[in-house]
Amino acid sequence: MKNAASTRADHEIIINAVPQGARVLDVGCSDGVLLHRLKQERNAIVRGMELSQAGVNACVAKGLSVVQGDADLDLALYPDDSFDIVVLSRTIQATRKPEMVLKQMHRIGAKAVVSLPNFGFWQVRLSLLFNGRMPVTQGLPDSWHETENLHLCTLLDFDDLAKQSGFELESVTRIAAGKASAPSIGTSSLLNWLSEEAVFVLKRAGMASR
Amino acid sequence: MTSALQILRLDIGLPLDSGAVLSPLEIGYETWGELNAAKSNAVLICHALTGDQFVAGPNPVTGQPAWWANLVGPGQIIDTDRYFVVCSNVLGGCMGTSGPASIGPDGQPYGLSFPVITIADMVRAQAALVDHLGIERLFAVIGGSMGGMQVLEWIASRPERVGAAMPIASAARHSAQNIAFHEVGRQAVMADPDWQGGAYQAKGTRPVKGLSVARMAAHITYLSDAALHRKFGRRLQDRNEVAFGFDADFQIESYLRYQGSRFVDRFDANSYLYITRAMDYFDLAAGFNGRLSDAFTAFKGRACVVSFSSDWHYPPADSRHITRAMIGAGVEVSAFEVETDKGHDAFLLDEPQFHEAMAGFLAASAADQGL
Repeated sequence: MKNAASTRADHEIIINAVPQGARVLDVGCSDGVLLHRLKQERNAIVRGMELSQAGVNACVAKGLSVVQGDADLDLALYPDDSFDIVVLSRTIQATRKPEMVLKQMHRIGAKAVVSLPNFGFWQVRLSLLFNGRMPVTQGLPDSWHETENLHLCTLLDFDDLAKQSGFELESVTRIAAGKASAPSIGTSSLLNWLSEEAVFVLKRAGMASR
Repeated sequence: MTSALQILRLDIGLPLDSGAVLSPLEIGYETWGELNAAKSNAVLICHALTGDQFVAGPNPVTGQPAWWANLVGPGQIIDTDRYFVVCSNVLGGCMGTSGPASIGPDGQPYGLSFPVITIADMVRAQAALVDHLGIERLFAVIGGSMGGMQVLEWIASRPERVGAAMPIASAARHSAQNIAFHEVGRQAVMADPDWQGGAYQAKGTRPVKGLSVARMAAHITYLSDAALHRKFGRRLQDRNEVAFGFDADFQIESYLRYQGSRFVDRFDANSYLYITRAMDYFDLAAGFNGRLSDAFTAFKGRACVVSFSSDWHYPPADSRHITRAMIGAGVEVSAFEVETDKGHDAFLLDEPQFHEAMAGFLAASAADQGL
């Protein structure tokens, strides 16, 4: 399970992106902290998928509807348009096929909210430049041989992949030192330097009704 | 405290999957708690192959504790102060509900003239009881093993009558291995000369040896290798060395013989044949052109699918199969695999993870349904 602190800056942004009563699927929902808050604060209809048995069990004991599943394999089970919003918080970098995951999310929900650590953050760049070793920072706390992260990317890389997967960007929010800035309508080189973590709110390109 | 069996007699004809019609229909059942004014707090519990309606409170027939005494009762997770709990003996059983040991229309015990029944037939009989109790919609239907099959059948055939469904350690169809073990049990019963071609009641005999062997074989499938090793290992029974004979040298042999001999006191051999057959015939998807998810599309309630890691009788893969079909059908489903070495029987034992999941699921379902 990943960081389960109840006040995560990316969670605040995700909650703000969810309208009242929306149907939300959280892919990689850990112990259900976000789902629980979405239910309480947004009256959302929430479901979750989580890889770890311990996470699933914790969710079910809280009364959340969560199943064990692997984002790489099991998103295919969900019917088209079964959710308003599909959330992927701090998970995409740990998937085997991020593009497939994004395409499944695009199929399942009209909107997607994705939070991810940004490898383009200045501290990461400087750490690699000066130390010549894989960066270990607050946002990327594990050493290269212990991390579950398979596909680290920068904010600009992810923006490209999201567009390639059929999404258009609604907003992107920078998080640094645990604090969120005001959302931007697009990515930029500067934002890439300054974001330790980013939250992308994505919608289907053209929002064509299906 | 019940001193005798509570039996509902219905003079309706119950149409069965085989085409036969069973009449009259008798249903042995028990209830606990009070049905509320809105009749919205009823929980139906479905028992397993050799279980009975005594899910809570002591069993007046066997004198044994109820099979889910740790879960059902005042202040328990299935709280009888809050819910109206109903449990009935399954069709084909031998604890008050019509079965092969019942007296048929000709005044003789049915024996093998009792019609072959299915899991769907068991649910038809339960629905007749629920109708009789004046309950339109059940707050929850819960059951383990064969009870879980009944839960699945309820939401497939009567989706609008169920608010929350909890199939535990169960499967949507019987595997070849499941059928194989049942066939061994049936052959053991039928090989006993006292079975008398099924007419042992009329002949005044009882096929206790055959039924006991059937129970011994089945009991192995309820336990895991690890649990057997932990409980018995290769330890010897009341002796320091092997006796070079065929007595029960090993503790596991003695244990199985005891389980077998205890079982025959409370169970009818023909009931064992009929109920195992019903389980073998169970394949929920078959009624939906082989698409299991189609069995669940009409169900708008919540489901929680529970499995146990060391259960090789109905392994976690069987539960995952159910869960995946429910996701495809858009059902609000949670799925829970309990880490345990106790095998299939874990659903009857004190498994804190399982009990936490059930408590969480029931609380959330009650909140959903305004209870």
